[in-house]
Amino acid sequence: MESKTLSTRLHVDFPIILGIIVVCGIGLVILYSASNQQVDVVTRQAIRIGIAIIMMLLVAQVPASSIRRWCPELYVLGILLLLLVIFFGDIGKGAQRWLDIGVIRFQPSEIMKLAVPMVVAWYLSQRDLPPRLTALFVAILIVAVPVGLIAIQPDLGTALLVAAAGGAVVVVAGIRLKILAAFAALAASCAPLLWYFMHDYQKRRVLTFMDPEQDPLGAGYHIIQSKIAIGSGGLYGKGWLNGTQSNLEFLPERSTDFIFAVYCEEFGFMGVLFLVCVYLLIIFRGFYIAYNAQEIFGKLLASGIVLTFFVYIIVNIGMVSGQLPVVGVPLPFISLGGTSMVTLMIGFGILMSIHTHRRLLSQ
Amino acid sequence: MIDRISIRNSSDEEQLIRRRMVWIAVVVIFLVILLLSRIFYIQIVENEHYTTLSQHNRVKVLPIPPIRGLIYSRDGVLLADNYPSFSLEVIPERTVDVDETIFKLGNLVTISDEDIKRFRKQLGKKRRFDSIPIKVNLNQKEVSVLSVNRHRFPGVDIVARLNRYYPHGEETVHVIGYVGRIDEQDLSRLDESEYSGTTHIGKLGIEKSYEDILHGKVGYQQVEVNAQGRVIRVLDKVPPEAGKNVNLTLDFSLQQAAVTALEGRKGAIVAIQPGDGAVLAMVSSPGYDPNLFVNGIDSASYQSLLRSPDIPLLNRATLGKYPPGSTIKPFLGLAALEMDIRHTHDKTWCPGWYSLKGSSHRYRDWKKQGHGHADLNYAIMQSCDVYFYSLAHDMGIDRIHEALAEFGFGATTGIDIGSESSGLNPSRDWKRGATGQPWYPGETLISGIGQGYILTTPLQLASATAVLANHGKRIIPHLASEYHDPISGASTRVNTGDKGHTKFRNSQYWNEIVTAMVDVVHGERGTARRSGLGAAYRFAGKTGTAQVIGIAQDAEYEEDDISEEFKDHAWFIAFAPVENPQIALAILVENGGGGSRTAAPIARTLFDHYLTGGDSG
Repeated sequence: MESKTLSTRLHVDFPIILGIIVVCGIGLVILYSASNQQVDVVTRQAIRIGIAIIMMLLVAQVPASSIRRWCPELYVLGILLLLLVIFFGDIGKGAQRWLDIGVIRFQPSEIMKLAVPMVVAWYLSQRDLPPRLTALFVAILIVAVPVGLIAIQPDLGTALLVAAAGGAVVVVAGIRLKILAAFAALAASCAPLLWYFMHDYQKRRVLTFMDPEQDPLGAGYHIIQSKIAIGSGGLYGKGWLNGTQSNLEFLPERSTDFIFAVYCEEFGFMGVLFLVCVYLLIIFRGFYIAYNAQEIFGKLLASGIVLTFFVYIIVNIGMVSGQLPVVGVPLPFISLGGTSMVTLMIGFGILMSIHTHRRLLSQ
Repeated sequence: MIDRISIRNSSDEEQLIRRRMVWIAVVVIFLVILLLSRIFYIQIVENEHYTTLSQHNRVKVLPIPPIRGLIYSRDGVLLADNYPSFSLEVIPERTVDVDETIFKLGNLVTISDEDIKRFRKQLGKKRRFDSIPIKVNLNQKEVSVLSVNRHRFPGVDIVARLNRYYPHGEETVHVIGYVGRIDEQDLSRLDESEYSGTTHIGKLGIEKSYEDILHGKVGYQQVEVNAQGRVIRVLDKVPPEAGKNVNLTLDFSLQQAAVTALEGRKGAIVAIQPGDGAVLAMVSSPGYDPNLFVNGIDSASYQSLLRSPDIPLLNRATLGKYPPGSTIKPFLGLAALEMDIRHTHDKTWCPGWYSLKGSSHRYRDWKKQGHGHADLNYAIMQSCDVYFYSLAHDMGIDRIHEALAEFGFGATTGIDIGSESSGLNPSRDWKRGATGQPWYPGETLISGIGQGYILTTPLQLASATAVLANHGKRIIPHLASEYHDPISGASTRVNTGDKGHTKFRNSQYWNEIVTAMVDVVHGERGTARRSGLGAAYRFAGKTGTAQVIGIAQDAEYEEDDISEEFKDHAWFIAFAPVENPQIALAILVENGGGGSRTAAPIARTLFDHYLTGGDSG
């Protein structure tokens, strides 16, 4: 019997936590600049990061087998809360996403970002893989119900992330490529239908994405200003606190969804390369954990979590640099705000749990 | 379980998932490269283009807040003013040492710990080049001392701002309301671009309900800024459009007379011009100083207002709910004539009490020995309770509810200051819904004298009195008469809605009820005859007493034995002159005892003031 390493005893995965701390540190530094040097904002964000890391470490102490046992309950609870939001939710900025339970307000859709990949992994790990058509149908239903409930709030960004999280698990589980291609075709043909159900502001975002110049002072303003910020950064950037786009307040949402543009402006392409490398370190360490997970459930869930994280990054950077329409997806561990950060940290806590609570199996 | 896992671990599934993961890792790498190459293209290849754009990006748009409209009474008294106030502000970036600057400033003017605390709080939130107030509302002396010494303090400036001020705060607070700093709640409803640069918003009363008119339209200036974000020159300017002044129907001298007449007692007075529903006076006593709320009230003062047993924050005129007592009688009397339940000369025997058939419970009249044979005129003049017990019994609760609804009881009046209570006009359905119990006959009887479940606000009762004065034409009470544009001088009249006529249309019946109410004041045996003595005009009225506590079946109500807070509320409703009504009012004095003694003399004073200019004739 091999002696336990420090990592297994503490249930912490050092490469991942190191990567996360580096990204959070970059986030605080850039937030100080993006918020026009408001110390309060940075302090509060640091406290949020601290709380989220503690939650991650706590979740990592729970054995993966226990997490697995509670998957269906968590999912059902999430669905119930989503229904509650639709009937009793608070309306903020034209969308009904928040549930107020006296002490705190939270978005039940956040729970689904974890509950959906968990329950899909739980379900598929009990079936033969690659999944037969019936199993596939059930899995897709599991994903589609919450995605639909979130999309009508309306919160397209979160709906997209939940769909991606669930979809990632299905793809890893070995869905046949032909079926995958068929789904892609089906989704593409549904696009006009989706357009019909979209809110005006959502339609405007899509149109703006196609041609930002047509409305330079209205909806296209975000993208134009964001591109100016990125493009004027050059190879080494203008230097910390010297970004004119952000300091002069030309860049909207510069502390939250568009914070990456501030980063690009001040730290240039070299900064971007560094940040992307740290992100890739976290992602590939996640893949390593998934690859070596002992049980099918662990493999599926771990890959689902890592891929969700990746989707966050790719969608946020894609939208800030004008390659994707503007959907409200934050840059993980960097954008101001605590809600999605806590969810992601808990996800990584589960990842650590999968890796460090290993059972001894007969070889 | 373990067996199954170990079997599956060795199976093809394991290999399948691993193959997929490698495949996905390749896709991930591919997407990252795609993304990076796009950013490379923007940042490196097109760098020059975007650098030029960013250098030309020097034009900013700054909001210029509009000046808030003023509020005047109908007799031209300014009720809400803007006055310039000076505050001492510090720009952290331009000061060498913020702490030392504050310390040195403290030697010139007093800077409290509270001020410093507030300054520190803002320091964390604002940008280094924003101006942050350290002391507000400087007086003349402070301004001059600071001006002389200003050269010693780089980054310190005296800034003039317009502040809202209510010169007659306590007397008009329940009408005008006040403005306060924009908070989170306000932000969620208002149009942020319209309010960029504005710091205050109407929170209550006229200030709130006419916010759109008073606020005005925000202006903008396009400025060129340097790389540090400071304004170099103004390129273009769209001036703000000042808010319009609001002229009220309120007669301030009458308002003041009403405040004086209440002598600081708890109560409310509402006076309405019956012809068009213009509110001439609306007092809720005690009032409070709205100026405290403009820049945020300190918590000690707020707590003392909240905890005061007199509840000064409550607008009794529109939100206070009281049983109407005997003031309900003229309304029910009229309905009984119209609904053919009583004829003018039908008489009821009043022995001093009334009982339902088969019950021993005695419903008492206020006059122990009884009124003898009473007809409708006598029953209103003398406020005979037994007559109205009997009338209510014959009418039944359904028709009572219907009749009272005609006069607007149980519904909001639609006055233009938002918050008002609808009172309560009880019915069988209401009781079943609220208590789950059926309606009892005894409850119908006490409804006949305005007790029991029925509740009304002083505003509702004043409006209903105006309907009496109008012989049935209903009104919507309103406070604003016109908006006045201070720049162009143009005035816009406020549209007042029309509520039509009650369904009671027989003018003979109206005359009979009004005559009875005139007899209340001018008749030999009227309950308010002392208030009518020697008046230069004739007026119609009705006294009322609203019970605060129930009296046991055999107990005597001895006013002197009862502590102040359990004394009855005194009511008086009236309008004058009878021939051509100019003013209708409702007066409530909490714990004032009987209506004839406390409330009716106030009506006389106000009528004298309004109709004869204070000359009682």
